[in-house]
Amino acid sequence: MRFSSYQTGGLYDEMFAADDLPRPQARLLLDTIQSLSEGQLLRCKVAAEQLLLQMGITFNVYADSAGTERIFPFDLVPRIVPAEEWNWVERGLRQRIHALNEFIDDIYHDQKILKDGVIPSEVILSAASYRPQCLGLNPPRGIWCHIAGIDLVRDRDGQIYVLEDNLRVPSGVSYVLENREVLKRTFPQVFEGLAVRPVNEYPSRLLETLESLAPASAANARAVVLTPGVHNSAYFEHSFLAQQMGLQLVEGRDLVVSRGAVYMRTTKGLERVDVIYRRIDDDFLDPEAFRADSLLGVPGLMAAYRSGAVALANAPGNGVADDKVIYAYVPDIVRYYEGADPILRNVPTYLCWKDSDRRYVLENLEKLVVKAANESGGYGMLVGPASTAEQREEFAAKIQANPRNYIAQPTLAFSRVPTIIDDHFEGRHVDLRPYVLYSNDIYVLPGGLTRVALRKGSLVVNSSQGGGSKDTWVLANPINGQFEPGGQQ
Amino acid sequence: MNSKPLLSRVADSLYWIGRYIERADNVARSVGVNLQMMLDLPAENTGQWQALVQTSGDNQIFRERYGAATQDNVIRFLVFDRENTNSIAVCANVARENARSVRDTISSEMWEQVNQMYLLINSSPSRLAPDALPEFFYRVRTECHLFQGLTDATMSHNEAWNFLRLGRKLERADKTTRILDVKYYMLLPALSDVGTPYDDVQWSAVLKSVSGFEMYRKRYGRIAPNRIVEFLLMDREFPRAVHYCINCADECLHAITGIPAGSFSCVSEQRLGLLRSELHYTHVDSILATGLHEFLDALQVKMNRIDTAILEDFFAVRADVEAATGSTGSGQR
Repeated sequence: MRFSSYQTGGLYDEMFAADDLPRPQARLLLDTIQSLSEGQLLRCKVAAEQLLLQMGITFNVYADSAGTERIFPFDLVPRIVPAEEWNWVERGLRQRIHALNEFIDDIYHDQKILKDGVIPSEVILSAASYRPQCLGLNPPRGIWCHIAGIDLVRDRDGQIYVLEDNLRVPSGVSYVLENREVLKRTFPQVFEGLAVRPVNEYPSRLLETLESLAPASAANARAVVLTPGVHNSAYFEHSFLAQQMGLQLVEGRDLVVSRGAVYMRTTKGLERVDVIYRRIDDDFLDPEAFRADSLLGVPGLMAAYRSGAVALANAPGNGVADDKVIYAYVPDIVRYYEGADPILRNVPTYLCWKDSDRRYVLENLEKLVVKAANESGGYGMLVGPASTAEQREEFAAKIQANPRNYIAQPTLAFSRVPTIIDDHFEGRHVDLRPYVLYSNDIYVLPGGLTRVALRKGSLVVNSSQGGGSKDTWVLANPINGQFEPGGQQ
Repeated sequence: MNSKPLLSRVADSLYWIGRYIERADNVARSVGVNLQMMLDLPAENTGQWQALVQTSGDNQIFRERYGAATQDNVIRFLVFDRENTNSIAVCANVARENARSVRDTISSEMWEQVNQMYLLINSSPSRLAPDALPEFFYRVRTECHLFQGLTDATMSHNEAWNFLRLGRKLERADKTTRILDVKYYMLLPALSDVGTPYDDVQWSAVLKSVSGFEMYRKRYGRIAPNRIVEFLLMDREFPRAVHYCINCADECLHAITGIPAGSFSCVSEQRLGLLRSELHYTHVDSILATGLHEFLDALQVKMNRIDTAILEDFFAVRADVEAATGSTGSGQR
């Protein structure tokens, strides 16, 4: 397979500056791929798919009656990030996470940022993810977002934007590790001659992060991973991370709170638990504190957490910073707490609770992307240019009924990466979710999950909506003179 | 003890993985052997398929759903039927679901092996052509054996491993008693024509269905029903003999509790120890004199009670949490 007929379509392509003009960081990889014998790439692709199936790396699709298990499609052509650009992204992520953490701590304590009028109080107090139960809470070291996944996209102009902050229970990091593994096993020749930064230190870093949260009194602290169970769409990841860290994977029913502490039920009786990496949303964590009908959670967990008997990662309540309305204020949040301009940009965002913004949104639905403030996974979303009149009417009604719950953004033309489609390459839109760990310092996993919208022209990269993924290569060494921070202006 | 405490739920799943993989292996072997044996028997001898259903213990359900015990019906029922909770397809599925829920405890190799076995069975059409059957059963058995081998070679021999093994040994003992129970009485009328070639064929098949033919030959030589009973029940060296399996299960249980052999700390240990001693000191002649069927029946009741006790001793979610927190010493700080 060759790239001679590959077309960038006038969009920003991560591999080609123009048709027939590879970017410097992609040249070696493109040469390797083109030097393969006829059919070899497709054979590698089949082998990779076989391997994923055999390893059982599948996800569950809700509301899919015919067999709920699927492989997360994996495209062999990696996405390459030059070293200099990555360094800049990393700095931006550190700054953003630091500021968001300060913000959350402030919101649950003095609310200075509200008193200073930087953000209207009602925006915070009306957020579904704001938890008054967390007021006055002091999580270990004052850290609320230990594990974050920040979605980045590059627009037509080459500029990188933050699309979403995922602070609650971000998923996908297991695919970063497994994609690299599968690529190394099925297509080792592409790594030749390139120094690609490894990703496999993530489980150790995560383990360190979790262990750093243990109460000082706990001599041999025990951390566990809490999953909603095998039917959760991210169950593979929960078991994978537990396995990689050597921690027990527990469900709510395995845990019990007794005399103010958390225990797990073992064959030899109850054993104390000190740190919980919880992969369950706040709502379901503890029926006594949050949703009373939750069967997944552990009654009394919040009380134990509040008393310091157990640490939780991520901290309950931190979702207040990834509400999509509050997202619009993140540049102000960064300036307020960091005293500096944000390194990473936000996508311009219209807030439907503002009359003027709402008027504009309703008049321009066919140009905009509309998102519900509190949904994820590509649900509750309208992509204007790809929508029908009927869908637009439906969203207009929703917006008018509940303006606080909707935001809108211009439709970005996410950058594309060549992707194997049948027997040739076509450009497909991608985003990038780097993972950030916050404990003693802030650690950013080199690269992250590149999700790719496999449907032609589609901008929705979520696995539940026909998305796949690619390996993400952060190059270890700079390629001279190619980087302009933030892309072309 | 250098391994971490084991969650009750996880121990439960491991125990059932052990049982279900072993069950699939046994069904595949029995059906495979039966297919081979039918080729040696006169065409009118069709009771063999009925016997197989009886061995499975699901005769009632089979009769309601399928009627006649033809080769085709029996294979569909025992191998592919998703409503038969003991069919190979269901065993593979349940084993995989359990393995998935303890994927962090078992090794990746073990998970991939269960997954591969599941994929093999699920990609087979639910009605295989007769000439594809021997190969299919051979492959299912190989997949099961690979899993057993990987379990022993890639997983630490810790408490979790012992639960898996405990399930496997108890299941194996159970299957051997069932095969013996059904076959002995089917073949009994033929005792008068001992020495005919058919008799030899059928008794050999009994041994082969527990992979015991060659080992029996080395131990006893000629085919003799009483010897076969002795071999399958009492042998201390043959890995599918009931006595051998019970000995192993008892060792697993003591490894789990850490209590020395010969004493007990819980009901399951006590019951298993009693059964072990009984097998230790019983003579096959007295079993045959009082009735093999009665003996096997009692044996199965005992094994069921052991299973119940294991559940209560190790897997049951304790309601009285306060009491339990107060009484456990091991993990407290």
